[in-house]
Amino acid sequence: MKKLWLPLGFIALIVLLGVGLTLNPRQVPSPLIGKAAPPFELPRLDQPSKTFTQKEMLGDVWVLNVWASWCPPCLAEHPVVTELAKSVPVVGLNYKDAREDALPWLARNGNPYQLSVYDANGRIAIDYGVYGVPETYVIDRKGVIRYKHIGPLTPQDAQKKVVPLVKELRGG
Amino acid sequence: MGRFAIILCVWMGAVSAATDLEKRVSALAEELRCLVCQNQTLAESNAPLAVDLRNQMREQLSKGASEREVREFMVARYGDFVLYKPPFKASTAALWLGPFALLLAGAVLLVRRVRRRREPEPALSAAERERAAKLLE
Repeated sequence: MKKLWLPLGFIALIVLLGVGLTLNPRQVPSPLIGKAAPPFELPRLDQPSKTFTQKEMLGDVWVLNVWASWCPPCLAEHPVVTELAKSVPVVGLNYKDAREDALPWLARNGNPYQLSVYDANGRIAIDYGVYGVPETYVIDRKGVIRYKHIGPLTPQDAQKKVVPLVKELRGG
Repeated sequence: MGRFAIILCVWMGAVSAATDLEKRVSALAEELRCLVCQNQTLAESNAPLAVDLRNQMREQLSKGASEREVREFMVARYGDFVLYKPPFKASTAALWLGPFALLLAGAVLLVRRVRRRREPEPALSAAERERAAKLLE
């Protein structure tokens, strides 16, 4: 019995390290889940003279999607966002981009966004803890962040996580 | 001449204030992790986000924020993950105590083994003694 201790401990260590290897170090848990979405008032991408604030979405379940025209994964997830936008309002946060690049990008690839705001220096993105574009947030009727996805949304992410969560939040 | 000295003093004061601020920014950036290149500190990384965050830290420190406030600002947005020295709490207990637990387990094993070795060797019989004496001759 005593002799079993050492191999058992060793196996436990291997299992622990093995589990560690399967985790994705890029998926950093966000401290913002369950907190109010950081406030912002930013110019609209399409109409620089008009501003938009997250307060305008109060009372709705909505999705905030951080994107940029210089970001290839954003293009990769664009069809998924487009599909998602059919069932829930999606607001774009255009991150450290130039209008003359971002607007043609939308014209080329389609514009699924209810609107996009223009975060030219990325200051608001810092408040949202953005570090890898694209990122996607689900925000409830009270303006609380309920889910954050880092990196491009896959159709599975949208179908299995975002859509059911939106439904649940609408129901409650 | 007097005016020149005053200008020089003011200028030197401004320069030393600026370098003090830079020192504080880089000292703080040393202990924060860059989110983009995760094995680098914010001080080492040249990722655009690291540059933005250093600017943000500089701006806040120059407005009179303390190191602690800036650290809290970062943790509120990116979580404990940004700290190279994470705080001790339930979720990080294994991280902090694990090495000591392993060390303790190793020490226990070592002590046991050494004790076992200290047990007296079985004494030689008369015949064995004779044989050993012959071999040693």
